[in-house]
Amino acid sequence: MGPNTKMDQIVADQGIEAELLNRFGSSCLQSQRTADEITTFWIDRTRLLQVLRYLKLEIEGPFLCLYDLTAIDERVRAHREGQPNADYTVVYHLISYDRNDDLRLKVPLRKDDLDLSSITSLWPAANWYECEVWDMFGINFHGHPRLRRILTPPTWEGHPLCKDHPARATEMEPFTLPDEKQQKEQEALKFNPEYWGMKRHAEDSDFMFLNLGPNHPSVHGVFRIVLQLDGEEIIDAVPEIGYHHRAAEKMGERQSWHSYIPYTDRIDYLGGVMNNLPYVLAVEKLAGIRVPDRVKTIRVMMAEFFRIASHLVFYGTFAQDVGQLSPVFYMFIDREKLFGIIEAFTGARMHPSWFRIGGVAHDLPQGWDTMVRDFIDYLPARLDEYEKMVMENSLLKRRTVGVGDYTSAEAVEWGVTGPGLRATGLEWDWRKHRPYSGYENFDFEIPTGNRGDCYDRCRVRVEEMRQSLRIIRQCLDNMPEGDYKADHPLTTPPPKHRTMKDIETLIDHFLGVSWGPVIPPGEASIGVEATKGNNSYYLVSDGSTMSYRTRIRTPSFPHLQMIPLISRGLMVADLIAIIASIDFVMADVDR
Amino acid sequence: MFDVIVTLINIVFTILILMVLAAVLVWAERRILGIWQDRLGPNRVGPGGILQAAADMIKIFFKEDWIPPFAEKFVFVFAPCVVVITMLGAFAIVPFSPGTGVVDLNVGVLFFLAMSALAGYSTILAGWSSNNKYALLGGMRSAAQMISYDVFMGLSLMGVVMLAGSFNLREIVESQSDMWNIFPQFIGFCIFMVAGVAESHRLPFDLPEAEHEIIAGFHTEYSGMKFGLFFVGEYLGVLLISALAVVLFLGGWMGPLLPPFIWFCLKTLVVVLFIILLRAAIPRPRFDQLMAFGWKICLPVALLNLVITGAVGLAIG
Repeated sequence: MGPNTKMDQIVADQGIEAELLNRFGSSCLQSQRTADEITTFWIDRTRLLQVLRYLKLEIEGPFLCLYDLTAIDERVRAHREGQPNADYTVVYHLISYDRNDDLRLKVPLRKDDLDLSSITSLWPAANWYECEVWDMFGINFHGHPRLRRILTPPTWEGHPLCKDHPARATEMEPFTLPDEKQQKEQEALKFNPEYWGMKRHAEDSDFMFLNLGPNHPSVHGVFRIVLQLDGEEIIDAVPEIGYHHRAAEKMGERQSWHSYIPYTDRIDYLGGVMNNLPYVLAVEKLAGIRVPDRVKTIRVMMAEFFRIASHLVFYGTFAQDVGQLSPVFYMFIDREKLFGIIEAFTGARMHPSWFRIGGVAHDLPQGWDTMVRDFIDYLPARLDEYEKMVMENSLLKRRTVGVGDYTSAEAVEWGVTGPGLRATGLEWDWRKHRPYSGYENFDFEIPTGNRGDCYDRCRVRVEEMRQSLRIIRQCLDNMPEGDYKADHPLTTPPPKHRTMKDIETLIDHFLGVSWGPVIPPGEASIGVEATKGNNSYYLVSDGSTMSYRTRIRTPSFPHLQMIPLISRGLMVADLIAIIASIDFVMADVDR
Repeated sequence: MFDVIVTLINIVFTILILMVLAAVLVWAERRILGIWQDRLGPNRVGPGGILQAAADMIKIFFKEDWIPPFAEKFVFVFAPCVVVITMLGAFAIVPFSPGTGVVDLNVGVLFFLAMSALAGYSTILAGWSSNNKYALLGGMRSAAQMISYDVFMGLSLMGVVMLAGSFNLREIVESQSDMWNIFPQFIGFCIFMVAGVAESHRLPFDLPEAEHEIIAGFHTEYSGMKFGLFFVGEYLGVLLISALAVVLFLGGWMGPLLPPFIWFCLKTLVVVLFIILLRAAIPRPRFDQLMAFGWKICLPVALLNLVITGAVGLAIG
C-alpha cells in the first residue's frame, strides 16, 4: 500500500469534499471550516451509516481507518456560528492512507434524544470508542454489542464529560461509604463469565477463568485481561481498562491553555515532551502562531530524544517479559545518560513540560552540543551490543517470531498506528507523510517489518532508535540561530524584551501571565508520530482562557482493543510477549 | 554406639554447613548478578554485604506465619518441607573428599535420582494446596517438567555408570583418575546440566514460577518461613546439581597440589557460577517449547549416547 501516484491524481482532480457533495448533495452534508483545514461535514444521524459505508467500502481510495470517535457537549458553547443546532455532537475522524487525507464527520444530537446507530458493524474498532462516548456523555448507540462503562467503574453515576457534571471533589458532597454502598460496590466486583461474553463449559471440559491483572508483573500498569483458559491455551481474552483513568480530558476544561501543558506530559508518561508537541501545535494552529525555525528544530531534537528514551524502556522490558533479565539494566543505564542531557536542558527528567505555546521554555544551555554529540556517538555501539544480546538470541526469536501477528489490513482496520503498523510492512510515518515542526527538512528512513509479529514490532523500534540518532545529529549540525519563542501576543509566557518599553506588549504580557492566553474560537486537531503511535489533540476553543473541549486521541487505546484478536488460541506466555511488544502505558490508554 | 554418635555429628555438621552455604549463595548470586548487570547488588550489611543473608534470615523468621484460609492446610505446610528434606537427603551420598561424606551407598546414583524425583512433589503439592489459579498453573507446569526431565536425567547418568561399572559415587570418582568423565561423556554432561537446571527451576527453566507470566507460580501464596524454605530448597538444589556434576563428570575431589576438599569446593563453585550466568543471559522458552526440547531433542540424544557408550564399552572391554 502507501500513497501512489494514481491516487494523487484522483485527489488532485476532485478532493474528498467535492466527491462527497457530488454523491450525497449539499442537503445531506453541511460543511464547516476548521483551523486545521481537515474536511469537516455535518451530517444527520439517519444518513450516517450510509455515508460511512460509502467512505469505507465503495469509494476509490477508501477511508479504512477509524482514527477517532468522540463527542462534544455543545450546550454552553457560545461560538457556534454556521453550525447546525446541537446539544451534543458526535465526531467521527477517518483517515485514508491511500489518499493521505483526513475526513471529519459530525452528527448533531438533541439532549432529549441522545441516540444514534452504532457503527460497530462497519468498524469493529468502534466498540471501545462508542463505549467511551456512552460512558463520558451518556449517548446511546443502538446496535452496539455490549455498551458499557469503560473508563469509569460500573457503579458510577452521571457522565463525566457533560458540562453539568462536577469537575472537582469540592463541587460535590463529601464522600461517604455507608454499608449498603460498600455492599453494592463489592457486588459489582464479582466475576461473572457471562457478563464478559464467555462460556463456562465446553462439550468435554470446564474452562478456567484467570484474572490477569489489574495487578500483575507483566501488564505494564493497571491493566486487566480476563482470560478464558483451556489448560494454558487462551480460548478468549477480554481486556478491561479504566483503572488508570484520571479525567485528563475533563481537566483540560478547567486549566488554562498554558497550565494544561504539564498534564499532557503524564498521558504517555514515558514520552515526556513528545506529549507536549501535539498539544502546543494544536494551540498554535488555533492561535495562528508561527514559530521560528530554531524552536522547530529544538522541538524535533527533544522529541527524538524522548523517542529513544521510551524505546529503550520498551526494548528492555520486552526482553524481560520473555524472561531475559539483564538487558533492561543496561538499557536503563543508557536512558539515565539521556536523562542527564534532558535534565541539563530542561531541569527535569521524565516530565519536563518544557514546550510552550509559541516556543520552548528556555534556550539551549551553553555546551549543549558537546553533550548531544557525546551521547549520539556513544549509543550506536551499545545498540550493536543489544542486537547480539536480544535480537539475535535464538530463544527470544522462538518466543516472538510468528507470535501475535496481524496484517496491514487488520492493523488499519483496528486503528493501529506507529511501529505496530509499520511492523506489518505498511510504510507510514506521520513525520514523513504529514511533516510537522519541520520534519520535512530531515533525512531519515522509515523502518518497516514484514510479518507484523512481536519480533517485528521490536525490530522496527530498534531501527527507529538509530533513525532518531540520525535526526538528532542533523539537528546538532544544523541548529538555526534565532529566538526560542515566537514573537506573537499569544506566546506564553510572552517574549519580554519589549514589555518594559511599550504599553501594548505590557498588556499582552500581563494578561498572558495572569489570566493565561485567550485563544480565538475554533477547532483544531493535530496528530504527531509519538513514541507509541499517533497521538493527537483535538481542541475546541470557545474564545476563552480555557479549552472548551480537549480530546486526546492516544495510540495505545486502539492497540489494546486488538489484543483478543491476536491472542486467541495461543498460550499465556505468548500473551505476555504480545503485551510486551505492543508497548503501551496505561496512562496513555485511560487518560 | 561410638559410630552412631560420629555419624550423627557428621550429619548435623553437613546440614549446618549446607544451610549456611545456601544462604551465602543467595547473597553471592544477587551480588554477582548485580555486577554482571551493571549495578551493585546488596552491599550494605556487613563487609561487602555478606551479612545480607543473615539479615534476610532474621527478617524471614520474624514474619507472620500466614496460611491462607482457602488453602489445604496440612499439605500447604508440608509442601515446602519436602523440597528441603529431599535435597538435604540427597546430599548424604555426596563424597566431598576421600574421607568425608555422610554415607557411602552402593546405589548412590539411584538414591540421588529418587530424591530429586521426590523433590518435584514439593512444587506440585504447593501448587495444588494453595487453591490459587496461578499456583495451580505453576504446579501443572512443574509436574510436566519434572516428569519429563527426570527421565533423561536418569538416562544421561547411565553412561557414567557404565564407564565406572558402579552406582557408588566414590567408585565413580575413583574411576576418573585417568580421565574425567566429561570427556568421554560430554553429551551426557550437557544433558545432565540441562536436566539439573530444570530440576532446580532456574532460568531458563523456571517456568513453574515464571514471574512474568504467572506471578510466582507454585509459591504465589507463600510467605515468611515457608517461602524461605522454598528459597533455600532452590539454592540447595543448585548446590546439589553442581556437586553432582563435579562428582560424576569433573573428577570429584581429584586435582594436583591442593587438598581434595578444596578441589571439590572450587569445582563446585565454577559450576554454580555457570548456573548463575545462565540466569543472567538467557530468556525463558515457552512451556510447549520446553517440552518439545525435552522429548524431541534431549531424550533421543541421551538414548543415542547410551547406545554408543555401551557399544564402545563392549568393543573395548
